[in-house]
Amino acid sequence: MTDTTIRPVLEAIDVSKHFSVANGIGDAAVVRAVEGVSLRLLPGRIVAVVGESGSGKTTLARLLARFYEPTTGEIRLAGAPVGRTRRARSEKTYRKAVQLIFQDPFGSLNPLHRVRHNLERAIALHHGRMSRQARDERVASLLERVSLVPASDYLDKFPHELSGGQRQRVVIARALAVEPRVLLGDEPISMLDVSIRLEMLNLLDSLRREEGLAILYITHDIASARYLCDDIVVMYAGQMVEAGPKDEVISNPQHPYTKLLVESSPDPHRDVAVDREAIFGDADELGEPPSLIDPPTGCRFHPRCPFAMERCRTTEPPRAVLAEGRWADCWLHEVGRAEELHEAPMTELITRRLSEETR
Amino acid sequence: MTTTALTARNDAARPVGSDTVLDVDGLCVEYAGAGEPVRACTDVTFALRRGEILGIVGESGSGKSTLITALTRLQRPPAVTTAGRVLFHPQDGEEPVDLVRLTPRKLRALRWTSLSIVLQSAMDALNPVMRLGAQFVDALREHDRSMSHTAAWEEARRLLGLVGISADRARSYPHELSGGMRQRATIALALACRPELVVMDEPTTAVDVVMQRQILAQVLRLRREFGFAVVFVTHDLSLLLELADRIAVMYAGRIVELASATDVYRTPMHPYTRGLRDSFPPLHAPVTRLEGIPGSPPDLRALPSGCPFADRCPAVMERCRTELPLLEPHGGRSVACHLHDEGIRP
Ligand SMILES: Nc1ncnc2c1ncn2[C@@H]1O[C@H](COP(=O)(O)OP(=O)(O)O)[C@@H](O)[C@H]1O
Ligand SMILES: Nc1ncnc2c1ncn2[C@@H]1O[C@H](COP(=O)(O)OP(=O)(O)O)[C@@H](O)[C@H]1O
Ligand code: SF4
Ligand SMILES: [Mg+2]
Ligand SMILES: [Mg+2]
Repeated sequence: MTDTTIRPVLEAIDVSKHFSVANGIGDAAVVRAVEGVSLRLLPGRIVAVVGESGSGKTTLARLLARFYEPTTGEIRLAGAPVGRTRRARSEKTYRKAVQLIFQDPFGSLNPLHRVRHNLERAIALHHGRMSRQARDERVASLLERVSLVPASDYLDKFPHELSGGQRQRVVIARALAVEPRVLLGDEPISMLDVSIRLEMLNLLDSLRREEGLAILYITHDIASARYLCDDIVVMYAGQMVEAGPKDEVISNPQHPYTKLLVESSPDPHRDVAVDREAIFGDADELGEPPSLIDPPTGCRFHPRCPFAMERCRTTEPPRAVLAEGRWADCWLHEVGRAEELHEAPMTELITRRLSEETR
Repeated sequence: MTTTALTARNDAARPVGSDTVLDVDGLCVEYAGAGEPVRACTDVTFALRRGEILGIVGESGSGKSTLITALTRLQRPPAVTTAGRVLFHPQDGEEPVDLVRLTPRKLRALRWTSLSIVLQSAMDALNPVMRLGAQFVDALREHDRSMSHTAAWEEARRLLGLVGISADRARSYPHELSGGMRQRATIALALACRPELVVMDEPTTAVDVVMQRQILAQVLRLRREFGFAVVFVTHDLSLLLELADRIAVMYAGRIVELASATDVYRTPMHPYTRGLRDSFPPLHAPVTRLEGIPGSPPDLRALPSGCPFADRCPAVMERCRTELPLLEPHGGRSVACHLHDEGIRP
């Protein structure tokens, strides 16, 4: 559970990000990509943000990395609000403290330069001028930290000469070069082969343990989030809908969307004797997330929710705080219907509701 | 069913019988070009039963798409099928045909009506400038010229309805639909002419898990209704464990293990299969530290003379370095690994 005596290193307080886009007929429209999100990252802890594509995960990561200015709300680094006026000096301090790792390791390394050069540039940015020997030592130790050993095997390789996993390790080594306090990983393993994803998760875990990094792990894969993180935050249609310690969120979801997401995820360790028809059974009409240009009023999940009540359609649900660091934004808690969440699988509840409506 | 013409070995990987719809034997596919050819599929052998769901799983580059396109003759140069055959057994008891050697004209006649294919990106299968319904009408009428235009539209709407796309969407263009809906439309289109076999290459890789579950539920329901067999290719073993009847595991262009989904999960025989199974953390069971499979697959241009997995194998032995293990039957399943040769037990 979140220890309140540890100060958060990075915080988002009620941040929103709206994008202006041209819609189909040439008029301006607003995409409400992230709305009202608050998040705290603590040293030595890993928070996972899970959600389907389009739920606002990447936008949130970019807000936290200050690639985007929030439309409203505030980002705080070590308790200090990060100013809207962009001064070069504070920008640089921020970049050193907070590093973002992208999904595609290719896109983030300079393909024309060898591993050595890619790392040296990052080191120079942080340390300024260094002796040749000190720099060589630093490069070698960075490669060792990401288990690319012996370093001499990798120093003179170009990015395209490395495997996907090795490339992502170089990306992480480069992020570490500036000695950050926060790593933001935006689906850092989703482009890697299945067989090497765990190595990368184990590496992130050791960085948190051994160096006390605060890590945000963004993923659409709940099982990998559970493997790596302490706490899980679930996003739906640009908003956070539920958060808490990972096992509580996964085994005892308190928001209908979380429950749908968990039940839809493959579980390799599900008892394989379970009937296939039972697993996939009624999962025929589960709906899709809404457009963020004109999101549903009230609860954004209401058009798909088998529990939806009149107030869900009109009024945003209040946050039900269930324990320290454990909450869900859903009306069921307010009206005392939360136990109904556990009556049946979501697919069955949705099918039941649909057949009632058509009757 | 005539299978007497077959003289090849009839082993556990290929239990050819009257319920066999596809019988693949010794299929080899190479990418020819400058320099050494890339041996993307080598000696691939398996049989598919009517109505069965066979999963094919492997890392990227293991040859899954190459295999699928060779099976369905959709491959393009520089891919060349250098050996083997793919016997398709039509339901009506006609003589089996070898898809590898079929003339393009006969092949066209089989496509859609006997076998069809669904790819990862629905955009590859749908015509972007044609209304959805019209594409169904074309496909339906091409294979049944007696069908009236009105009847074809009617059937198009019915097929779309089967995958949860409302009738009024039949007039939409593909780009007006969500990615998940397009993929469902592609599946409905693949089933329009009631094929006996549907081959799917990563059909749900581009969609989210909720949509994935929805699509697979529909595939299963349609399979119950129409009775087609499925070859389902994916890199996601956790999904196949839930979906497939049997699973073929590919590594460096070869099938290294072929067994029921339950056996793959409970008693994987090949160290690669075991490593792959242990690369998926559990969603509910207690979390233990997992290591995946360190290393990467060999270069297909310079395959080792022994087992292609030897460099990454935690159980590697002397002979693995020199002697290639072949896919051999082991009580109803098959595995290509020296650990399971007579007399040696892990
Ligand atoms: N630069 C942008 N301009 C306009 N819309 C954007 C931009 N970036 C993201 N969006 C939109 O914001 C929403 C959230 O996107 P994103 O943060 O990428 O979600 P995720 O990472 O969860 O898939 C989507 O609807 C997406 O189309
Ligand atoms: N057009 C091509 N030319 C040369 N090599 C190819 C071509 N397409 C695929 N390959 C090679 O064939 C191997 C198998 O590829 P593929 O069948 O796409 O694997 P998978 O679908 O399992 O990811 C890979 O090593 C790939 O590099
Ligand atoms: S607030 Fe209402 S619509 Fe939203 S998840 Fe809860 S019950 Fe469903
Ligand atoms: Mg994203
Ligand atoms: Mg492929």
